[in-house]
Amino acid sequence: MLRLQKLTKTYKTGDQALKAIDLDVPKGQVLALIGPSGAGKSTMIRCINRLVEPTSGAVLLEDVDLTGLGSGALRKARREMGMIFQEYALVERLTVMENVLSGRLGYVGFWRSFLRRYPQPDVDEAFRLLDRVGLLHMADKRADELSGGQRQRVGICRALIQNPKLLLVDEPTASLDPKTSRQIMRLITELCQERGLAAIINIHDVALAQMFVPRVVGLRFGEIVYDGLPTGLTPDKLTEIYGEEDWEATIEKVEEEQEEIEAAE
Amino acid sequence: MPVLARGDAQIWRRRTARESLTRAFGWLLGLAVFAVCWLMISAKTTWFFVFDAPRIAGDIWTRATPPRWEYITQLGRPIWDTLNIATLGTLIALCLAVPVAFLAARNTTPSALFIRPVALLIIVSTRSINSLIWALLLIAIIGPGVFAGVIAIAIRSIGFCAKLLYEAIEEIDQTQVEAITATGASRWQVMAYGIVPQILPAFAGIAVFRWDINIRESTVLGLVGAGGIGLQLSASLNVLAWPQVSLILIVILVAVVISEWVSAKVRGAII
Repeated sequence: MLRLQKLTKTYKTGDQALKAIDLDVPKGQVLALIGPSGAGKSTMIRCINRLVEPTSGAVLLEDVDLTGLGSGALRKARREMGMIFQEYALVERLTVMENVLSGRLGYVGFWRSFLRRYPQPDVDEAFRLLDRVGLLHMADKRADELSGGQRQRVGICRALIQNPKLLLVDEPTASLDPKTSRQIMRLITELCQERGLAAIINIHDVALAQMFVPRVVGLRFGEIVYDGLPTGLTPDKLTEIYGEEDWEATIEKVEEEQEEIEAAE
Repeated sequence: MPVLARGDAQIWRRRTARESLTRAFGWLLGLAVFAVCWLMISAKTTWFFVFDAPRIAGDIWTRATPPRWEYITQLGRPIWDTLNIATLGTLIALCLAVPVAFLAARNTTPSALFIRPVALLIIVSTRSINSLIWALLLIAIIGPGVFAGVIAIAIRSIGFCAKLLYEAIEEIDQTQVEAITATGASRWQVMAYGIVPQILPAFAGIAVFRWDINIRESTVLGLVGAGGIGLQLSASLNVLAWPQVSLILIVILVAVVISEWVSAKVRGAII
């Protein structure tokens, strides 16, 4: 469904953030993108919806090349791709409801959105989504009154109300505590399953990625160095992605946790 | 931050010896300049008038008190004019300052090469000329009266408001803008959802702050004939009617105190 072909990004400073990335994401697949800071994970996600302009290569979303689109067509294409951010990126001074409805901006005209006159089906859908993530009672609160986990849920609603085919998720758990992180990851993967969405999730936490996704892609210095099952991430592979370190603890922890969860269930 | 090794102990000083010496020399130089300036000013002052000042001030004080309270019936209209000059001037200035600010801010300007310098020029030129001088110019162009005062205040305020506003625009959180852009929103929608909510508190603060300043500025505009209570002030000064002057000063003081109180309340309510 999404195909990256020789996607390259060279910054003005001459840094090559992405070196001819080839990647294929089939419909409904959730994949985690891991790698050290500065490996180009964020750049890659932003090149897909062109918040960052790729230098060369192609991004094919259902066989339409996004890199060549004009601004109007690009806006239409962006509606197909929901984005979830590390620091939530909610508009802090707007209410939860306004933030969720802002996901429909690509579909409604300027004056309707300016006067907050969204079509009733959009409002219904917003209530349904807020209910789904357990924030229905918060709809009228201002976004800056919410806790980190709650804000990220609003961010998820904003992405989903776009009715996207693909989710681009940039470090969804980096500013959350471990328990909330798992809840958010579980929510994202569940919602993707419910709606048959594909997703690319940038994530720092290898253990968390292994817990929730069926496919892991490892990025290092702008190149894909691993692409496969989460169970295939051996200490050797992690060393290849991140560099030398004792990886046994990370991997064992995951296995123990999974056993615990299974035992608890 | 020099660290000196003395024996095996490491000694830390805030500055190196050379730096402290340079600083001491700088202070000495400053003192010397101050002393020279003091001497020059002193040589050009007629000290007789200065020593005479307390007596003259006392004399004016006795002439000015008590204020001529019955004169207040003639001040209602002028102080109302003054308030109107300040308020209308501020409103017009804000309407013009908003687009200028968006054109001047680095992250929203359509062209950093051509349009931004023009916007900055507007800001600098309107800011650098005092409203009293704008009023003098405008009286020559559109004749004396309240309207000239309104326009003078408006022009003077554009630069001030636009400058503070464009700085607020440049300091917004860019990820919120990114998030709105990523939904497929148009340029104007990004502005309305990603930028405007972030600068609204700053905008309200700037508006009441400038209104507060403008009340004070508009009280003197009458001195050059641009309407308001300054007109009465200059008339009274010309005929040496000191009891009237003191009453006018009291009225101005009360108006300024009330405007300060209002603007503090409004700012407190928004932020």
